[in-house]
Amino acid sequence: MRQNKLVMVAMAGFALTTLTQCFTKKKDEGKRLYEQHCQSCHMDDGSGLKGLIPPLANADYLQTHRDALPCIIRHGMDGSIIVNGVEYNKEMPGVDLRADHITNLLNYIQTNFGNDNPRYTLTEVQELLESCPPER
Amino acid sequence: MSKRNNISLKTGLAAGFLALASTAFYGCDSGSKSKTLPIYGEREPVERVVNGETVIDTIYHHIPDFAFVDQDSQLVTQETVAGKVYVSDFFFTSCPTICPKMKSQMLRVYEAYKDNPNVVLLSHSIDPEHDTVAVLKDYADRLGIETSKWHMLTGDMDSIYKIAEQYLAAARVDEGAEGGFSHSGDFYLIDQQRRIRGHYNGTLEEDVDRLIKDIPLLLSQKEHETK
Ligand code: HEC
Repeated sequence: MRQNKLVMVAMAGFALTTLTQCFTKKKDEGKRLYEQHCQSCHMDDGSGLKGLIPPLANADYLQTHRDALPCIIRHGMDGSIIVNGVEYNKEMPGVDLRADHITNLLNYIQTNFGNDNPRYTLTEVQELLESCPPER
Repeated sequence: MSKRNNISLKTGLAAGFLALASTAFYGCDSGSKSKTLPIYGEREPVERVVNGETVIDTIYHHIPDFAFVDQDSQLVTQETVAGKVYVSDFFFTSCPTICPKMKSQMLRVYEAYKDNPNVVLLSHSIDPEHDTVAVLKDYADRLGIETSKWHMLTGDMDSIYKIAEQYLAAARVDEGAEGGFSHSGDFYLIDQQRRIRGHYNGTLEEDVDRLIKDIPLLLSQKEHETK
């Protein structure tokens, strides 16, 4: 009996903290996701690493391949690509994120690191994700 | 009573803190003038008889002889770093976590000492089967580095892990007191006698700043020492 009560209290506490966290973190979710999943490679300022990892900062690729980005995040990419005139060819692992997370993450990237590109809507990202090229 | 205790405890703590802070300050002050770097690792006293008298020499931990191959298929051994100061680390080209950060920081060390022939960088791949000479070559080219200054090393897996232990072990002994452990993302600073003189977190800009500042201390040390 007593134990049940304890569990209840713990669960309520947990729910409350997650809820408040949702509220406070929602705005910075894109940034948080970036730090968690992307920063180790693309760096704090989105500058990438020389000829090894392409930049996100002021990257023409974000505009020229806008529609491909949701799938790139979810499934990764490999093969030769050109970003700002420089060739890159190294595998990037995908991260299996939900559509709303991908939306927030992409909007963060498209409007930071010197980028000033249009934002995505959730429906747009959902549609783009549905037509991802088949995985190899 | 308990309140009073509390206060005296607080003042005691504050005093302690002050003492600590001031020693820290002193430490910094005297250090900046003629700072020498510690020598890491175990040391062994060795007795030796000179002119009928027993003198005790200290043998310091040093990196043993090694032989690896770099991105240009050149053999890199202890001869390559003879009489030089070198910085060493461990990574692999397909590492998604801390390695890109480490390499971006190592690039800063590279840039700072590019024109100094007495400083060399050695990056050992811990995934030598994947990181062949060709893979390292591509990696190095994309970083835009010169082989003679920054060797990316591959070779026999066991030998690489054994030499890694030689770097790690020494650094770990030192940190034992703090209960800390050495990151695999560490940069190690090695002197002309292949002794470990510093270790730095290769993913932290401040730590790498410290490394860049420490290197000249070893370079000037060489001039003072009579061989
Ligand atoms: C393991 C390192 C690594 C991680 C982690 C990583 N990337 Fe990448 N990223 C790369 C590499 C390497 C490429 C180039 C791929 C190629 O050559 O085909 C790339 C390419 C890209 C591109 C297209 C080129 C450009 O620079 O505009 C985008 C956009 C991108 N990454 C975004 C992200 C996002 C968002 C994340 C986090 C979810 C992320 N990356 C995580 C390594 C990484």
